[in-house]
Amino acid sequence: MSINKDTVKYVAKLARMKLDEDKIDDFTGQLDKILTYIEKLNQLDTENVEPTSHALAMENVFRKDENIPSLENDIALSNAPEKENNHFKVPKII
Amino acid sequence: MDITNLSAAKLLDLLNKKQISSVDIASAYLNRIESLDDKIKAFIHLDPEDVLKKAEKLKDSDSKLKGLPIAIKDNFCVKGQLTTCASNILAGFKPPYSATVIEKLENDGALIMGKVNMDEFAFGSSCETSCYGPTHNPWNLDCAPGGSSGGSAASVAARLAPWALGSDTGGSIRQPASLCGIVGLKPTYGLVSRYGLIAFASSLDQIGPFTQDITDSALLMNIISGHDPKDSTSVNTKTLDYLAGLNADIKGLKIGIPKEYFIEGIDSDVRDKVEQAIEIFKKAGAIVEPISLPHTEYAVATYYIVAPSEASSNLARFDGVQYGLRVKDGEKVNDSALIDMYMKTRGKGFGAEAKRRILLGTYALSSGYYDAYYLKALKVRTKITDDFNQAFKKYDCIITPTSPTKAFKLNEKTNDPLAMYLSDIFTISANLSGIPAISIPCGFTQDNLPVGLQILGKAFDEQMLFKVGHAYQQLTDWHTRVPEGCK
Repeated sequence: MSINKDTVKYVAKLARMKLDEDKIDDFTGQLDKILTYIEKLNQLDTENVEPTSHALAMENVFRKDENIPSLENDIALSNAPEKENNHFKVPKII
Repeated sequence: MDITNLSAAKLLDLLNKKQISSVDIASAYLNRIESLDDKIKAFIHLDPEDVLKKAEKLKDSDSKLKGLPIAIKDNFCVKGQLTTCASNILAGFKPPYSATVIEKLENDGALIMGKVNMDEFAFGSSCETSCYGPTHNPWNLDCAPGGSSGGSAASVAARLAPWALGSDTGGSIRQPASLCGIVGLKPTYGLVSRYGLIAFASSLDQIGPFTQDITDSALLMNIISGHDPKDSTSVNTKTLDYLAGLNADIKGLKIGIPKEYFIEGIDSDVRDKVEQAIEIFKKAGAIVEPISLPHTEYAVATYYIVAPSEASSNLARFDGVQYGLRVKDGEKVNDSALIDMYMKTRGKGFGAEAKRRILLGTYALSSGYYDAYYLKALKVRTKITDDFNQAFKKYDCIITPTSPTKAFKLNEKTNDPLAMYLSDIFTISANLSGIPAISIPCGFTQDNLPVGLQILGKAFDEQMLFKVGHAYQQLTDWHTRVPEGCK
């Protein structure tokens, strides 16, 4: 068993994602099968291999620290499910 | 003259000669969509009145494209237009800005026709995870068009649009292009700006063209490629004119055929058609030799760690705060009202495959598992990339089948995620290595389903892919075929 039901529930909590109780077994089975397949990577010796995050050379891109136009507030808020006083409104945090 | 049976280049020629108008073209396609798309279901957001209005506005334009219409996959932001990634979590979302490629197209006079279907957030190889339901393969309506850019592929195959844009993270342009019998290109990573493409896996995603032939692909690449300061992964290389360099002379070109792509388990029809195509290349004077890409068998496992990991991070923004779905009611699942909202919104808004990938990615990146999974996968990624670097020292390009199978029946693989993942076995390595790859049609199976051939090239060597593809298309006519039911 690569992954069990409790781990799936824990990971769902980390991902801030509610899973339906009657679907958790299915997810667990599917994820277990996938992770078991992925264990194939352990067949390879990668001791002295550098990891590749980007296959082609990437450099940090900077621009001048100057004020340039950006999205106006009302446009930025145009899809807000709830808004108030030029802010996105969300339930209480504490 | 059947306008909708013409390539984009031919339509452009007629537009330039003023023999047809943008309104003629738009009307012709809208009529076709009306008669065919309720069976195919390629389009998910289409406003025919708006399309005609835009066509009218572009009627006498002296722009490059003069109102030529294009279909767009629904993960591209188009300002003010519904953009949902075929997900309930983005229901109603109208982006306040357009993707750079959309701006480029519109600046050149393209008509953005509408949005076409896709797997939810590009997670899939069959277009079946869309919250709108699946798109059907125009060659056989019981079959999947492939995915995730299934709508893009189906729309061009059925000539509901002369061309389309899609995105490719593990094969999502090439595989549906193969299953639908058209040309689909994944450009070199960084060549086309991703600004405004709703991200799945940031180190793998690339935008690319779906077209009827190579000429149209080169034409569209001329428009969409190029450095963009708004995409920090966009490369600053010299922009090439892909049409200017287009020729079909492949004498003496060295083509490698990797043995690892001709394994047990690929459809025998697929193998036959690809092998016949290879004979055509030999007759045209190319030097064809067997090669080995030894780490091919690890590509799917590598990808299904790297891609979901990046996806879990990219999809964290869908939380009910700024856009899309917000769910607050129902039984409380967390003491914090805000976290409660996150959990309910994401629980309701994401489909099963999206949830699977987020769970996989979150797990692989979590404390205690990061080294064993994510870091390990990145090291294998290096080995896969090295295989290509070695091969390209001696060979100009590599040819493989695009997909191990012809189009499979809808619902055939939906209960077996791993079987679905293995559909990408031949396309994934190009994304992991960043190299360009194109799928071109190379024949049909005994039950009249398209087979695709994949050509892979060195980074930034799209001209090689175009040359080889163009040579093939001078000697064959697979790319001119249209499904019987769409004639």
